[in-house]
Amino acid sequence: MSTVDMTHGGGGRAMADLIRDVFHKHLGNPILDRGDDGGRVTVPGQRLVMSTDGHVIAPLFFPGGDIGSLSVHGTINDLAMMGAKPLYLTAAFILEEGFPLADLERVVWSMANAARDADVQVISGDTKVVERGKGDGVFITTTGIGVVADGVDLSAHNVRPGHSVLVSGTMGDHGVAVLSKRENLSFETEIVSDSAPLHGLVSDMLAAVPDITTLRDPTRGGLAATLNEIATTAGVGITLDEAQIPVAPDVAAACELLGLDPLNTANEGKLIAICPREDAQTLLDTMLEHPLGRNAAIIGETIADPAHLVQMKTAFGGTRIVDWLAGEQLPRIC
Amino acid sequence: MRYISEFRDRALAEKLAKGIAQEADAARDYHFMEFCGGHTHAIFRYGVQDLMPGNVHFVHGPGCPVCVLPVRRLDDAVELAEKHDVILCTYGDMMRVPGTGQRSLIRAKADGADIRMVYSTLDALKVARENPDRQVVFFAIGFETTTPPTAVAIRMAKAEGLTNFTVFCNHVLTPAAIAHILDSPDFAPGGPARIDGFLGPSHVSAVIGSQPYEAAAQKYQKPVVIAGFEPLDVMQSVLMLIRQANAGRAEVENQYTRVVTREGNRKAQALVAEVLELRDSFEWRGLGAVPHSALQISDDFAAFDAEKRFTVSQKQSREVKSCECPAVLRGVKKPTDCKLFGTVCTPDNPMGACMVSSEGACAAYWSYGRQRQPETAA
Repeated sequence: MSTVDMTHGGGGRAMADLIRDVFHKHLGNPILDRGDDGGRVTVPGQRLVMSTDGHVIAPLFFPGGDIGSLSVHGTINDLAMMGAKPLYLTAAFILEEGFPLADLERVVWSMANAARDADVQVISGDTKVVERGKGDGVFITTTGIGVVADGVDLSAHNVRPGHSVLVSGTMGDHGVAVLSKRENLSFETEIVSDSAPLHGLVSDMLAAVPDITTLRDPTRGGLAATLNEIATTAGVGITLDEAQIPVAPDVAAACELLGLDPLNTANEGKLIAICPREDAQTLLDTMLEHPLGRNAAIIGETIADPAHLVQMKTAFGGTRIVDWLAGEQLPRIC
Repeated sequence: MRYISEFRDRALAEKLAKGIAQEADAARDYHFMEFCGGHTHAIFRYGVQDLMPGNVHFVHGPGCPVCVLPVRRLDDAVELAEKHDVILCTYGDMMRVPGTGQRSLIRAKADGADIRMVYSTLDALKVARENPDRQVVFFAIGFETTTPPTAVAIRMAKAEGLTNFTVFCNHVLTPAAIAHILDSPDFAPGGPARIDGFLGPSHVSAVIGSQPYEAAAQKYQKPVVIAGFEPLDVMQSVLMLIRQANAGRAEVENQYTRVVTREGNRKAQALVAEVLELRDSFEWRGLGAVPHSALQISDDFAAFDAEKRFTVSQKQSREVKSCECPAVLRGVKKPTDCKLFGTVCTPDNPMGACMVSSEGACAAYWSYGRQRQPETAA
């Protein structure tokens, strides 16, 4: 028995064995180990944040992470962007018949490490198996619950003209790492995904600047898509200074080669912060002190603009729009 | 990034901008056609227009490979994938271009056709090797830049004796298109549009050299400056064009000397000549039938010609009515002159190819420059 087969989802002994030998072995904790239909927890009288995120990625393993760590970080970061301290996760696995059990164990082990590092527990789970060809190895959906302190109100709706826009680090690392692995493109230096849990950084930021108006993690669609979402929701325009936007040299070079734009490329361990202009320097200094914010920068500001455009002063000295991407980024021909 | 950042240097850009402003004659306008979509893209992405004086205008040319492919050929590719059960390999740019009835390769793929995006012709060969029981067709498009890799694939397929690999050849030629544009009544003296010179193709010229443009420069008395794709390349080339225009010269000059020579890449040219031959005529979107403007697979390699192996049906291919792609591709209209631009037609819902490709003028206007609409439309 070295691959997943239909009996693993059948509700019989094989499924019970899989749950015990793989999931409980790595993710076990007193709540999960009770084996009840759900995990019962007590959360002191505080405001709760819940978020859920489905994870599908090819390849499952990439430099800097895998679908296991990603499924933990992705949901934790959604909670963190609400200013919450993440406490518990649940996880649902869709496994494809024929998926190697060794790979599954590697994924679950990585999930467990990511959860431990982030100080959250996986308290309930589910496993289903689909026939060969109807999945892509493994899909993982995680749901997270966290608590948020009174007074913290992070939302794009709070953004006004005259606020500063900051990012916590270099743009595009995750997308390029995954793409180069998927397409078997090798570069002189390996580009590593930035996948990381951001709630620690957020906690420091909120302590220093309680007036942060919004936090967002620029995942799919990258910085460009997320800023356009914020501009549309908040009803403001955004102007960026390209020279201030951090992009790692190897990522810039890979994007150049592939005809991609780092601003449209996914991140999994970076955030965008918007705060009143007078707080921007304090916020930046706080971010720079945290290991996950050491390349942070102030990259622009919000303005009054009825068209809600994101515009950028190019490093070259001109201006341009930074638009949503239409569909996926496709490599250019010429 | 060494060898790239140097060509995006702001201080140098400002210096060149000053030079252009000084040398451009305020009493006249300059209309320069950038032939390639790569130039259009650079102009918008870096905001080069902002560094030009008001009397220097860019006229966007037809050099966007997916844009000039007529709908009929795209419809044929969709049919190959859907009706002939082939694996169709294509460059990514082509995937979202709408064919007749807005049917694109990406939609055909969603409906079950086996269409695969490849980065190089060698990937397509690999697909053929790995699927010996399937017919694999490479959808070859592009100007002279992408032609040698197609020739290489065909030659390798023959050497390996691959019997399940063919190429649907749609390669087109730049100099023929330039001559055709200058012959059109649009650009005749007194016609509706004007061209005072050309920013010549970059990577195309790396293959064919700068020499093939000399005849047109002389015949039509238009200066051509072969220009690199970086924003400083574009600015320096504009300055060179202004100097030629001011002096009444019409020569082929080469700004992109770090890549382009007068002769070009002889080895690549020989390879192409071995495998491909001139078509008598080829239909271009926007330009219509252009004589001697495209390549087909020569008889020696006929076994690898998808047009010979498969018979596609006669069909009524149609572009979207009132889509101004054709006039935009000829440089006669700007994207903002099109009624569909930004209303019905956006990159998310493209009506014509010019809104799809990052090299298309409409996509560049929309994605990078629509804040400028009032002044560009004027």
